[in-house]
Amino acid sequence: MAVPGRVWCFGDDVNTDLIQPMHTVFKPVAEQHRYVFEANRPGWVDLVEPGDILVAGRNFGTGSSRPAAKLLVDLRLGGLVADSINWLFFRNCVNFALPALSCPGVSELFTEGQHARLDLVAGTVENTDTGQTRQGTPWTPELLDIVAAGGLLKQLERDGLLVTGTSDE
Amino acid sequence: MTEKILARHAGRDSVRPGDIVVTSVDTVVPLDMNFYDSMWAEPTKVFDPDRVVVIFDHVVPAPSRQVGEALERGRAFAAKHGITRVHDVGPEQGICHQLIADVPYAMPGELLVCVDSHTCSGGALNCAARGIGAPELIYTMAKGVTWFQVGETVRYELTGTLSPYVAAKDVFLHLADHYGAHVGQNIEFGGPALSTLTLDQRRTLTTMCAEVSAEFAIAEPDDVLRAHLEARGRTMDGAVYPDADAEYHAVRTLDLSEVEPRVGLPGSVVHHTAGVRSVRGTRINRAFIGSCANGTIADLREAAAVLSGRKVASGVTLFVTPGSQAIYRQAVHEGLVATLTDAGAVVTVSSCGMCAGFQNSLGPEDVCIASSTRNFAGRMGHPDAQIYLASSGTVAASAVAGAIADIREFQE
Ligand code: SF4
Repeated sequence: MAVPGRVWCFGDDVNTDLIQPMHTVFKPVAEQHRYVFEANRPGWVDLVEPGDILVAGRNFGTGSSRPAAKLLVDLRLGGLVADSINWLFFRNCVNFALPALSCPGVSELFTEGQHARLDLVAGTVENTDTGQTRQGTPWTPELLDIVAAGGLLKQLERDGLLVTGTSDE
Repeated sequence: MTEKILARHAGRDSVRPGDIVVTSVDTVVPLDMNFYDSMWAEPTKVFDPDRVVVIFDHVVPAPSRQVGEALERGRAFAAKHGITRVHDVGPEQGICHQLIADVPYAMPGELLVCVDSHTCSGGALNCAARGIGAPELIYTMAKGVTWFQVGETVRYELTGTLSPYVAAKDVFLHLADHYGAHVGQNIEFGGPALSTLTLDQRRTLTTMCAEVSAEFAIAEPDDVLRAHLEARGRTMDGAVYPDADAEYHAVRTLDLSEVEPRVGLPGSVVHHTAGVRSVRGTRINRAFIGSCANGTIADLREAAAVLSGRKVASGVTLFVTPGSQAIYRQAVHEGLVATLTDAGAVVTVSSCGMCAGFQNSLGPEDVCIASSTRNFAGRMGHPDAQIYLASSGTVAASAVAGAIADIREFQE
């Protein structure tokens, strides 16, 4: 799976409360994505376009188990790469089918507005403007299957284990 | 120890850091949050109703119609699938991690998953316990399996003894200050001084490990754990011990006698805490004692000892939220609730309370000191509010002073 896209650069330690502020967690799903990064980057949700890629520093997604990754999917982000991604957040990326790669040193590779290509099978990130690449952790077939199904709940639905109509996915 | 538990549940002899393993799970704990319409998807079956525990803790008692509907959905789901272990609003109510340790649901050598990120708390009972996302929890409840990426382990050898008025929370803040984030790593606690810590103190440590992004946090089994289990009619049979030749990413000595009262500075505790002396005098107007890390009877006793015969400073609100209704009842019997409320504190029903901004939310000008778990911007209300983290004793002393205070000066 290779995903090209325009890059947005974020710093270190971007936590789940920045992505999904607590006060929005129980708002209607259709409204929640409007508050993404309201504390650290107000207005970003109006600028991001489908297929864009978020590039961040260390420890991206630290914090809560809340479905913050889903909001990035709702904003139709094409992918996420960071020097390191919190593992709980990474699980949520897989489960909501957001292509994500943890890739040491990747944040130095980009300035905002450049373009990135992610290859989940190879575990690589390329800056398609400069041709530079960095190697991260490749995805295993189990993880790729979840994303291919469109996320974990879609996979359950496919396997007949969800009561239909109860998932908003 | 974590690798051994994962291997046991993956049906393998051993696992290594970097492996992705599919494991069985022993216990799955859905919370009130799972049943919100924005998060819920109903599985057609539950892999084993006797291995599911439903706990309502985050936003209880239901403050709104939306929450009321979610709790109703949870009750109906439990009844439909024959899940009998339900901690509904009422006498059995409590914060999930407090109940998981107190009942207990976390058992040595077992694997437990819950939708809350502080589930690593259960590692105090030598259980591999882990927070997972809401859809994964539904998946795991249906199938009884999940996947983990195996991390490297950092071992902390505890030595020395804690000085008076120094709490387990201070030990954690010391660790977070020195060693920072543990992304993708497991944390293991052991060493000669582990036996000097109560189970509640260990749980403060393991719970807080979520704040340094650890995967699993686990303590060695010992007589303190054995006594806790035996008092509840359980045994330590499944316990795992570290191998003599276990491989670690690092082994670090943590000398408890070097730890001083500390304060986590607003935003995050990763390399971001200070000795209480350097922030002493910072004005605060909100104070909170509670959460899954520090809502224990020991925390309430600590707070009552400070507040006895004193008054919360004018202009300061101190909320005290016991970790469970069982703890609340005990605090009533011990007279702690009288001491706390006489001093001007508000003692609330057990829940996550202020920890995640569900009660007494902070406004933009508020400065809060809390013994809860997390101090990200916006965590307890408005993103401009300042949140300092400290032990329950330090929070109580600060509430009296109206400013961050050194509990040692208070008690001497
Ligand atoms: S007390 Fe706070 S950290 Fe603990 S489970 Fe509740 S919200 Fe999470």
